[in-house]
Amino acid sequence: MTATSQTDPDLAGIQENYLALARSKRWMNLVLLILFVALLVGGFNTAGNRNAGGFWDGLPNILDFPADVIGEAIERGHLLPGYMAKYLPSLIETVNIAAASTLLGAMVGLFLSLMVTRGLAPVPWLVGPLRRVLDLLRAIPEIVIALVLIFLLGGGPVPAMIAIALHTIGALGKLFSEVNENASLKPVEGLASVGAGWSQRMWLGVIPQVAPNYISYALLRFEINIRASAILGFVGAGGIGYDLRNTMSWGQGKFDEAAAIFLLLFLTIVIVDQLSSVFRNRLTHGLPSAKVTL
Amino acid sequence: MTATALHTQTMVHFSRKRMAALALPVIVLAYFAYIFFAFDIPGLGDRINVGNARTLVADAYSYKTHVTQDNRDGAFSVAIEGERKGAYEAGTAPDWVTLGDRPVADLGGGHIVTFGPQVSYDIPGYGTVMAEPGQRGVQATFPPGDIPDYISASKNRVMINTEAGRLTITRNRTEVFKYDYGWELFFFTLDSPYHGLGPVALMGRAFSGEAGAIFHDFWTNRMWRHSDVAWALYETLLMAFLGTFGAAIIALPLGFLAAKNFTPLRSLRFAARRMFDFLRGVDGLIWTIVLSRAFGPGPLTGALAILLTDTGSFGKMFSEALENVDGKQIEGIASTGAKPLQRYRFGVLPQIVPVLLSQVLYFLESNTRSATIIGAITGGGIGLLLTQAIATQKDWEEVTYYIVLIVLMVMAMDSFSGWLRRKLINGDEGGH
Repeated sequence: MTATSQTDPDLAGIQENYLALARSKRWMNLVLLILFVALLVGGFNTAGNRNAGGFWDGLPNILDFPADVIGEAIERGHLLPGYMAKYLPSLIETVNIAAASTLLGAMVGLFLSLMVTRGLAPVPWLVGPLRRVLDLLRAIPEIVIALVLIFLLGGGPVPAMIAIALHTIGALGKLFSEVNENASLKPVEGLASVGAGWSQRMWLGVIPQVAPNYISYALLRFEINIRASAILGFVGAGGIGYDLRNTMSWGQGKFDEAAAIFLLLFLTIVIVDQLSSVFRNRLTHGLPSAKVTL
Repeated sequence: MTATALHTQTMVHFSRKRMAALALPVIVLAYFAYIFFAFDIPGLGDRINVGNARTLVADAYSYKTHVTQDNRDGAFSVAIEGERKGAYEAGTAPDWVTLGDRPVADLGGGHIVTFGPQVSYDIPGYGTVMAEPGQRGVQATFPPGDIPDYISASKNRVMINTEAGRLTITRNRTEVFKYDYGWELFFFTLDSPYHGLGPVALMGRAFSGEAGAIFHDFWTNRMWRHSDVAWALYETLLMAFLGTFGAAIIALPLGFLAAKNFTPLRSLRFAARRMFDFLRGVDGLIWTIVLSRAFGPGPLTGALAILLTDTGSFGKMFSEALENVDGKQIEGIASTGAKPLQRYRFGVLPQIVPVLLSQVLYFLESNTRSATIIGAITGGGIGLLLTQAIATQKDWEEVTYYIVLIVLMVMAMDSFSGWLRRKLINGDEGGH
């Protein structure tokens, strides 16, 4: 009894304190939530006002274009396989742009990632500047480089490849260096003790440890790069995106070819996503029996 | 016996490894060889436009001033980049041009061009070129000797390209280009009283009550259009913000539908997952095209395109995060008699919010880049300004400016989302 009477004022104080804190936190959260919703609603209003057509005016028409395309595709469905065969080379070009730039980006990114990982870098004072270079490469959207290169080199797959590869170097270089940081240094020290040079230490000591993570990240990049490659085609860099823009510009009554391209692009993206996710699961979980996302 | 067997086995293993190690570079090399010819890289040398490259690089750090004389009526004008927005008012000129009956342009280094019915150009180390444009073409006289490479002369046109500038004389027009370093008129155009004032003088004027007027002149600069550029950047950020957070809000309830431990109904789960796959598979490009047909160009279209694509990505990620939720916490909440809604609020959300928020903030940065790209396709934000500037093929200093702004914007967004992520998530962990 004496114990409770002694601690009672204390306990009451703590409880009151806690409740006050909880209340103020709830208020803060509420204020933040209201602010956030206001920003979102205000933002949509501003965006709607700056848009050529408003949201509510456009909403009823949202299905018009897909309906046109699908309608024409069904109407002339027997032509679709022919169109798909016609645009297959462009699709291959788009996939090639993505693959070549991913490969190129991964190779350069791998080298740079080793140069910017503390403990592995052969030239320690270059770590900082090279990291800034990677940041810069990551920050420039592909389309910027692609548009400038199209002006210099003319249309075609090469500007897109260079643009995507540069971005990939930045993105993969950073991810790879994060992976490198987790690599065990013991094999590297072992190799150093028998007189291995820097490239041998990296090639035999670091890369075998982290290769599965590298490949997993590179596959993820490949998925992203296929989309980027299609988009860059749309601004003139060759591949299926370019054909899509051309077929779209023919207008109504000619949408069956656009439909074929939509379908090709969709299927490619879905298939590559699924394949890469299967591979990545196998790399991270080891066994092919490991669950694959449905 | 066993040692030899082990030895041979190891050697076989080694040689197989060595073969595999060799095969990979060979495959990669073969693929690059294929790409080399498939992309016609040998033909690149013919396609590359060196002239364009030179213009681009020169424009990025310098500007040119046009001094023009109309040879038919004698009208004389000086304009930066030859644009009306950069024209000097009649009767005024930069200090290297002397106005008068026969205006003189001093290009520096002893290069002097004198205008008038007869145009003369003193080229140091060569001599004076005289030219008389008229109805029958351009009559030019050169110093004795061979005409050097930097001069091209025909009956109707004389062009002299020196390191100091360029003089072009045709029947109708005499024009001098003078190149200078920097981005001219970046702060104030010529019609502003503040043009040509140094930073100290400007500060003095600002403190004496002209700050508003100074800012107004800068903000409404017709050459660089600072207010439009600021709006465009804001629109791009708006697209990224609305798209990312709109997608997160829509994807959260849908993520519950697709998670095994929250939706026992298999068909519902299947439908939700297929919808996510569809949204992601159709991709931002196609969504942008479809939506711009309905809503027209602008930031709303871009925001909705990002929103649709990311709803797919977030839905998939959220449902995976929800499947990894620890059931014990929910049971604990349930044991206190909490209703379902309270179980979600106190059992599930605290576990997943940090994970989801971190993913959403990662996307915010990459969507700033996507918004630039989508803006270039559908027409909105800084992407539109960039494509317009590139399409005119002469405003390369503006292209450079926009590129710098885009890079700064993306980097700022990157650090902002990183800062927010650390703040929000560390704050949450501190409570445990």
